Amino acid sequence: MLQSKSFVKKTKQGRVVKVVREHYLRDDIYCGAPSCKVCDTSASRLSNSASTILIVDTNVVLHQIDLLENPAIDDVVVLSVVLEEVRNKNLSVFNRLKALCTNSLRKFFVFSNEHHKDTYVKEMVGESPNDRNDRAIRVAAHWYQSHLGENTQILLITNDRENKRRAVEEGISAETVESYVRSLGKPDLLDLVVLSSSADVNMEDVEDHRPSKKKVIYSEHKPMSEITSGLLCGIYHQGKFRVNRYNPFEAYVGSESIGDEIVIYGRANMNRAFDGDIVAVELLPQDQWHDGKSMIITEDEDDEEEDVHLAPSSADDAPRSVNPVQPTTESVPPVSNRPAGRVVGIIKRNWHSYCGSLEPMPMPAGNAGVAHALFVSKDRRIPKIRIQTRQLENLLDKRIIVAVDSWDCLSRYPSGHYVRTIGQIGDRDTESEVLLIENDINSRPFSTQVLACLPPLPWSLSSEDLANPNREDLRHLRVFSVDPPGCKDIDDALHCKPLGNGNFEVGVHIADVTNFVLPGTPLDEEASQRGTSVYLVERRIDMLPKPLTEDICSLRSDVERLAFSVIWEMTPDAEIVSTRFTKSAIKSCAALSYVEAQARMDDSRLIDPVTTDLRNLNTLAKIMRLRRIKRGALTLASPEVKFQIDTETHDPLDIGMYQIREANQMIEEFMLAANISVAEKILNHFPLCSLLRRHPSPTKEMLEPLLRTAAAIGLDLDVSSSKALADSLDRAVGEDPYFNKLIRILATRCMTQAVYFSSGDLSPSEFYHYGLAALLYTHFTSPIRRYADVIVHRLLAAALGIAKLPPIFQDGPQLTGIADNLNYRHRNAQMASRASVELHTLIYFRKRPTDTEARIVKIKSNGFIVFVPKFGIEGPVYLVPKGNNGSDWVVDEAHQRVTKVGTNIRYNILQTVKIHMEVVEPQPNRPKLQLTLI
Amino acid sequence: MEYVDSLTGFRLDGRRPNDMRQIRGEIGVVAKADGSALFEMGNTKVIAAIYGPREVQNKGQQANNQALVRCEYSMANFSTGDRTRRPKGDRRSTEISLVIRQTMEACILTHLMPHSQVILIEFLVHILLKFFMYFLPKICFLQIDIFVQVLQADGGTRSACINAATLALADAGIPMRDIVTSCSAGYLSSTPLLDLNYIEDSAGGPDVTVGILAKTDKVTLLQMDAKLPMDIFENVMQLAIEGCKAIAHYIRGVLLENTKQLECRRGI
Ligand SMILES: [Zn+2]
Repeated sequence: MLQSKSFVKKTKQGRVVKVVREHYLRDDIYCGAPSCKVCDTSASRLSNSASTILIVDTNVVLHQIDLLENPAIDDVVVLSVVLEEVRNKNLSVFNRLKALCTNSLRKFFVFSNEHHKDTYVKEMVGESPNDRNDRAIRVAAHWYQSHLGENTQILLITNDRENKRRAVEEGISAETVESYVRSLGKPDLLDLVVLSSSADVNMEDVEDHRPSKKKVIYSEHKPMSEITSGLLCGIYHQGKFRVNRYNPFEAYVGSESIGDEIVIYGRANMNRAFDGDIVAVELLPQDQWHDGKSMIITEDEDDEEEDVHLAPSSADDAPRSVNPVQPTTESVPPVSNRPAGRVVGIIKRNWHSYCGSLEPMPMPAGNAGVAHALFVSKDRRIPKIRIQTRQLENLLDKRIIVAVDSWDCLSRYPSGHYVRTIGQIGDRDTESEVLLIENDINSRPFSTQVLACLPPLPWSLSSEDLANPNREDLRHLRVFSVDPPGCKDIDDALHCKPLGNGNFEVGVHIADVTNFVLPGTPLDEEASQRGTSVYLVERRIDMLPKPLTEDICSLRSDVERLAFSVIWEMTPDAEIVSTRFTKSAIKSCAALSYVEAQARMDDSRLIDPVTTDLRNLNTLAKIMRLRRIKRGALTLASPEVKFQIDTETHDPLDIGMYQIREANQMIEEFMLAANISVAEKILNHFPLCSLLRRHPSPTKEMLEPLLRTAAAIGLDLDVSSSKALADSLDRAVGEDPYFNKLIRILATRCMTQAVYFSSGDLSPSEFYHYGLAALLYTHFTSPIRRYADVIVHRLLAAALGIAKLPPIFQDGPQLTGIADNLNYRHRNAQMASRASVELHTLIYFRKRPTDTEARIVKIKSNGFIVFVPKFGIEGPVYLVPKGNNGSDWVVDEAHQRVTKVGTNIRYNILQTVKIHMEVVEPQPNRPKLQLTLI
Repeated sequence: MEYVDSLTGFRLDGRRPNDMRQIRGEIGVVAKADGSALFEMGNTKVIAAIYGPREVQNKGQQANNQALVRCEYSMANFSTGDRTRRPKGDRRSTEISLVIRQTMEACILTHLMPHSQVILIEFLVHILLKFFMYFLPKICFLQIDIFVQVLQADGGTRSACINAATLALADAGIPMRDIVTSCSAGYLSSTPLLDLNYIEDSAGGPDVTVGILAKTDKVTLLQMDAKLPMDIFENVMQLAIEGCKAIAHYIRGVLLENTKQLECRRGI
C-alpha cells in the first residue's frame, strides 16, 4: 500500500516563523486488545482476558517507572502523546518505558493517539500544551472505553487532581497511583510508589531527630536561565561530575572552558550533585584552593574507613588522592594550584537505581508499620538515601535496590523509594548479582531473536566452507592450542613448521567468529552491547551464546574449525620475513594447558613433533620478548589471585597467586605479535576507521606515589620514558627476592589502562602503546570473548578484500561510540571480576582465620596499608584504636616511616610485617575482613 | 532524532515508511500558456507552464533536426518560511533547470517536430505534416519552453516539478513517448523512506530522486548526493520507483478525467 486513501490532512502552526507541517491522521491504527471485534488483532499486545486496561499519564510514567516495571502492573496502554512527553523530559525513563513496550513478556501497548483520526485533538485557543496533552489523554481514554464497550474497564491513572476531576466528569474512570495500587491488595507494591512531596514534609519530622539540623543544609540551586547566562559569560563552568571512588567527599568536574579538572571538596560544595550528573560549577577564590584533607576532617559525617580490598592492578583501581599523609605540624592547609569549585546548579541528573542495604536500625514502634530508613549504597560514591518502607523487618538483612526521587536543600540526604530485593546480605549468589548490577553487566539469558542467529547444531565444516576461494585449507598443519586449564572458549591456536631455508613458518589461528556473527543481526547487536565476556570466580557471563563460545568457534582439539590466520615466515632470530593473513580451516591436534605445555618442554626425553614445535616456538618467543623489552616494553606485574572452587557448593577451597610460566609468556608473545601485525594492516587500509588500542604514557603526577616510595628507600627511578623506567626497574634489586616484584607491582598501579579508540579520532603520535612500547596495537586474538576483536576481524577481512566493510565504519561518531562502550564494558568487567575475587576472599577467610606475611605499601598517621602478596589483597592495619586522636605515633614523610614517640619502635615503607587476618562482624550482617598486627 | 518511531513505526508526520504524501494534480491553471499544470506533493506545490512549440528565437541554439527544449526553474520568494529574495539563476536553480530539461527531453518526441510550426496532437498528423512541409518555402526551427515555479517548498521540489511539467506538456498536447514521473526516497533511522518531506530531507541522510518512463519502466533520472552501500541503495531506489509508478497511475487518472471533460464540452 503506497498511499492510504483514508488520509485526512491537518496542519499545525508554529510560532515566530510560520511552519506548516503535515500531520496525517489515519484509520488503520488498532487498539491492541485481542478481544476487539473491529481491529486487526494480529499485533495486539494486551492480554486476552483483560477486564481493566490502564492508561497512564506522563507524570505517572516519569515518577513511577519502578512501579510500572513491576510485573504486577500490566495491560497498560501507553499513548504516543505520553511517550513523546517522556522522551523530552527524561531520556533514561523513556528508554525504560521503551524496553517495557517492546518486552514480549509484558503487556504494554503503544497507541498512536496523535495519528488516529478519532483521538487527535487540536490545541484550542488559550490552552497550554500541558492542558492540551491532558485533554488528548482523556479523549483517547474515552475512545478506548467506547471502542471496547462495557465489558472492559478503561482506568486512567493520574496523580493530577484537575485531570482526574475532568476525566470523571467526562465519564472516564480515573484513579491516583496510590489508590489503584492499594486496590490491588499487595502491600509490598506500595513501597514502590513514589509519594508526592506533601508527604515528604512529615517524613522529615520523623526522621531527623536532631533539632539543629532543621535548617537549610545546602545552598539553593541556581535557576536554569541564570546558569545558562553564567556559562555564557564564563562565571560558571559546565562538566560531568565524577566522585572519587575512594573518597566520596571529593569530586572532579572536567571542564572544557578552563581546560582543567575542577576539584570539589566536601558535601556542601558538592551541593547535592550525584556522580555522573552534568553540573554547573563556580570556581572558589584562589586562596581556598587547598587540598581537601582538612575539610574532610571537619565533615561531621561518620568517617569512611578504608576496607580491605583487592590490591589495585592499575591507576584506575587505586585511590586518586595525591597526598595521603598530611604533615601534622602544619596548621594552615597548603594552597594547591588545582582549581577548586562548588556546584551551583545541576544541568542534567544522572539518577538511576542503586544496590545496597539499609543502615542497621531498631524497629520503630507503631506508625502503622511505615518506617523511615537510610539506605547505604554499595557504591561509595553515592550518598545515603532515605526511604520509606512497610517491610523494614524483611529488608534489614537484605540487599535491595533503591531509586532516587528528589533532594531538596533542607534534607541532608536525598529521598528515594524501594525498588526490589535481591537477596540475603553475604549470600554468595546475592552478592554476585549485586556486583553484576553495580557494574551494569547484562547477565540475562540470550533472547530468542539472538539465539535464532546461531547456525543449526551440530555444526560441522561443510564443503561450501572449503569451496570458498577465500578460505585456505590448513587442516594438514600441526596446529595446537595452549590455554589455562579447563578453558572451554579456546580462541587461539598456533603452528610452527621449519622451512627448507632454515626459517620457520609460524601461524596464529584465531576462531573465525565473524563467519557466524554477521553485522547488523540481533546476535551482533547483543555482542556489541555486552562488549566482552565477564569472568567471575565461579561463573562466566558470555558475550556470545554458549554454542558459539564452547563449540562452534572454540578451537578444540580433533575437530575441524574455521579460523582467521596470521602466518609469518620468521628467521631463527625471530625476524619477520613476511606476513600474510587468510581465512582458513584448521584441525587442532592438541588442546594443552599451560602446565602441560610447560611440562612437555621441560621434559628433555620427549621428542614428539608437538613438543618440538613448542620448543621452537618458545625459543622464538624468548628472542621476541627480549627484543621487545630492549625496545622499552615494561614488564609489569600485578598480583593475580586464583581460587580453587568446590564444584558442588561453589565455595572457595583454596586461594593463591596465579603462577606465570614460560608457556604463558610464549603464547602472550605470539598474540602480541599477531595483534601488532593486524593493527599495521588495517590501519594501512583504513586510516580513518580502524579500531586500535593505545596506552597513554603516565604523567609525572601519576607516578608520584611510586617516586615517593622509591625516594624513601633510596631507590633511584628514571621515569623519563618507558625505556628508562624499564631499565631502572630492572636495576631495582633489593636484599630479598620479592623486592623487585613489589616495586613492579607498585609501578603498575600507577599506570592507567590501555583504551580502545577509532584511528580517525586521534593523530598518529597518540596511537602509542606505552606498556608494550609499540607504535600500533589492537585486539585481534580473542573474538569469542571481546567485541573489539570482532570489529578488527571485520576490518581485516575488508582490508583483504574478502568481505565488505559494514556501513557503520563510515560513521565516525558511531564508531567512537562503539569504542567508548567497549572501554566502559571492559572496565566494568574488570571491576566485576575484582569484586568477585574480593567476595570470595571474604567467604574463604570467614572460616579460616590466618596468619601471614605482608608488606607495608603506604604510611598513614594512625597506621599503614599493607599488601598481602599471598592473597593479592591490601588493607589498613591500625596502630591506634579507632576514635583515638591523641596519637603517640609520628609520621616521617621524607623517609615514609611511622615512629612511636619516645621509643625505637617504627615501621618503614616496604617493610615485612606479620599480620593476622580474620573476618569480623562489627554490625550484624556486615562481615568484613580485618587485618591486625602480631 | 528518530525519524521513524521504533515503537509505532510511524514517521514524524504520521506516515508509514512506504507512504507517499497526499498528491494532487490540476490541468490548465494558466490560461495564457499553451499548456499548464499545478502539482502538489503534500505541502510542496509547484506550477508548470508550457509555451510552444514555437519558432526558435535565438538561431544559435537550434538543434539539428530536433525541437529545442528549454526549461526555467525558479522558486517564489514566498515559497519557504524565511521569504528571502532569491537571485535568479543561482547554481541550484541552474542545476535543477538542467535536470528537468534533460528528463523532459527524454520523453518528448523532439524528432517529430523539426522544422514545423504546427502543433502536433496525434501521431497521424505527423504523416500529414511531412507532406505539408514539402510546400513550406522557408525552414524554421521549433522550440518548447517549460517554466516551472515552486510556490511552496516542503521537500521533493525536484520531483514535483517533473510531475507538473509532465502534466503541462500533456495539456499542451506535445507528443510524448510515455509519461515521465518522479519521486524521491531516502534512508533514515536505518529505514528506506518514500517521499521525504522538508524535515526528513534536512536530516542530511541519503536522498535518491528517481524519474521513470512509466510504461517502459525506464529510468531517465537518478540522483543521489550521499554514500550508501549497494544493497541498501537498491532497496531505496526500488522504493522510489514504486513511488514513481503510483504517481504515474494518478497522473493517468488526471489526464483521463481531463479528456472526458473535454469530450463533454465538445459534446461528443
Ligand atoms: Zn479495537
